[in-house]
Amino acid sequence: MTSATQQAIDAVWRIESARLIAGLARIVSDVGLAEDLAQDALVAALEQWPESGVPDNPGAWLMAVARRRGVDTIRRAVTLQSKVELLGRELSDHETPMDEIEFDPHVEDDVLRLMFTACHPVLSVEARVALTLKMVAGLSTEEIARAFLVKTTTMAARITRAKKALTEANVPFEVPVGEELADRLSSVLEAVYLVFNEGYTATAGEQWARAELCQEAMRLGRMLAALAAGESETHALVALMEIQASRLRARTGPDGEIVTLDKQDRARWDRLLITHGLATLDRAEEIGGTGSYAIQAKIAACHARAPRAEDTDWVRIASLYGDLVALTRSPIVELNRAVAVSMADGPAAGLAVTDGLLDVAALRNYHLLPSVRGDLLAKLGRSMEARAEFERAAELTSNEAERAHLLARASGS
Amino acid sequence: MKVMVLGKATERSEAGEFGTAEEFAAMDLFNEQLVEAGVVLAGDGLQPTSKGKRVAFDADGNTTVIDGPFAETKELVAGYAIWEVASMDEAVEWVKRSPLRDSEVELRKILDAEDFDDSFGAEIAAAEQQLRTEPAANQ
Repeated sequence: MTSATQQAIDAVWRIESARLIAGLARIVSDVGLAEDLAQDALVAALEQWPESGVPDNPGAWLMAVARRRGVDTIRRAVTLQSKVELLGRELSDHETPMDEIEFDPHVEDDVLRLMFTACHPVLSVEARVALTLKMVAGLSTEEIARAFLVKTTTMAARITRAKKALTEANVPFEVPVGEELADRLSSVLEAVYLVFNEGYTATAGEQWARAELCQEAMRLGRMLAALAAGESETHALVALMEIQASRLRARTGPDGEIVTLDKQDRARWDRLLITHGLATLDRAEEIGGTGSYAIQAKIAACHARAPRAEDTDWVRIASLYGDLVALTRSPIVELNRAVAVSMADGPAAGLAVTDGLLDVAALRNYHLLPSVRGDLLAKLGRSMEARAEFERAAELTSNEAERAHLLARASGS
Repeated sequence: MKVMVLGKATERSEAGEFGTAEEFAAMDLFNEQLVEAGVVLAGDGLQPTSKGKRVAFDADGNTTVIDGPFAETKELVAGYAIWEVASMDEAVEWVKRSPLRDSEVELRKILDAEDFDDSFGAEIAAAEQQLRTEPAANQ
C-alpha cells in the first residue's frame, strides 16, 4: 500500500470515526458493537482503497460497509431479531450514496451521546479516558498506549473491559437530562482534563507523544463545547486548557527543565490560543462562569493578560482562589491561595494563611506545604525557621531533582 | 499542528459579491461541522483587494504604498482560517468536504518548534538574546 493512501485513510478515520461509531451506536444500541463494526469498515477501507482510490464520500462508504457488517453480525444472533429489521429498513432507505451522513443533524447529537456513554460513571476515569480517545478522538490502541506509557496489550485489555462493562451495565445510548446531567457532564469533563494534564505534565524524553495529548484534549473539549453549547463549564474547560497550552513553548528550557511562569519569555506564548481561550472564557461567563473550571480559567486568564510577570493582578488571583476554596474545600487550593495572598499582600499575609493548614491531616506529608512556608519565611528574613521547613520538604518529596533543589535552599538559608 | 487555510479570490469575490443564499447556507453548515469537530481556531472573510493596500520595500527599506485592486485574481486571498489538525492530510480531507465550487484553497502549515532544527533554534535564541541585551547596554 502506498503511504499516501495510508495517510489519507488515517485522515478520513480521524474525521469520520466518531460520527460513524455514534451513528452505528444509535442503531445497534451498543457502543462496543458499534465500535467493532466501525473497525471492520476501517479494515475494509485499508484493503480496498489502495486499489480503488479514496471514494468521494468516504464517510458514507464506511457507514454503508459497517451497516452491512452489522446486519450480518446481528443475523447470527437470533435474539436480536428486531434489530435486524431496524437495520435492514435503515439500509434499504439509504442505498444510494448518503450525503445525509454529513448533513444529518442527528449525527452530531449522536456524537454527544457517544461522549456521555464513553465517560459513563460506571467506568473508572482511566477507562473513560481510554474509551474516549479510542471512540471519539479516533486514536488507535497503539497510539493511546504510547501516550500513556503502557503496553499496547494492556491498553487493549482496558478498552475491551470498558466496552464490556458498558454492555453489562446496560448503559443507554443517550444524553442525560435534568439533575443527572450535571454529574454526568462533570464525569466527561474530568476525563477530558485528565487527558490534557497527562500531556501537560509530561517530562522531557517522553514529551512528543504526550504533547499531542494536549491537542487531543483541546479538540475533545471544543467538540463538547460546540455540542453542549448551553453548559458553561464546557466552555470554561476549553478556555482553561487553551490558556494553559498557550505557554507550552515557553515552559521548558533548552535542557528540558521546567521554566516557572514568572521566568517565562512571554513573547513565546501562543497568542492565538490565548485569544481563543479568552473569547471562550467570555462565552462561559455569559451563561454562568461560577464553576470550578471557570474559576481556574479566570486565574489562568489573569496570567495571560499580564504583559510582564510584575503586571500580574495578584489581588484578583487571590480572590479567585478564595472562590475556588469555597467551592472545592480543598486544602491544596488553600495552599495556592496562600501563595497568591503573599504576592498580593506580602509574605507575612501568605504565611498566616498557611498557618491554618498546619493541622490538616491531608497535608501532613505534602512536601509543598513546608516548601511554600520555607520560601515565605526566607522572604521575611526568618532564616532558621526557613531552613527547618526546607529540610522537612526535602524529606517528604519523592522527586530527586526537587530534593536537591530544596536542600540547596536549606543550606542557603 | 496548526494549518492556515487560504481561500483564493474569484472574479466574484473580487467584485464584492457574497454569493447566493444557498451558497451561504452550505458554507455555514460546513463551518458548523468544523466547529463541532473542534478544528477551528480562527477564520474570517476579507474585503476585495479594491479596498486593500500593499506596502513595498526596496533594498534600502524605503516604502511605497500601492492601492488595490491587484491583478492575478487567482493568486489573491479572499478569506482565511486557522485550523488545529493532526496532519496536513486531515486538513486536505476537511477542505474536500467544503461546498466551494470554481475556486481554490491553499493550505500552509504554520511553523512551529519541530520545523526548526537545533542549530537554527540556537541561532534564533542567540539573536533574541542580543536583542534583549542591546537596549540595556545602550542606556
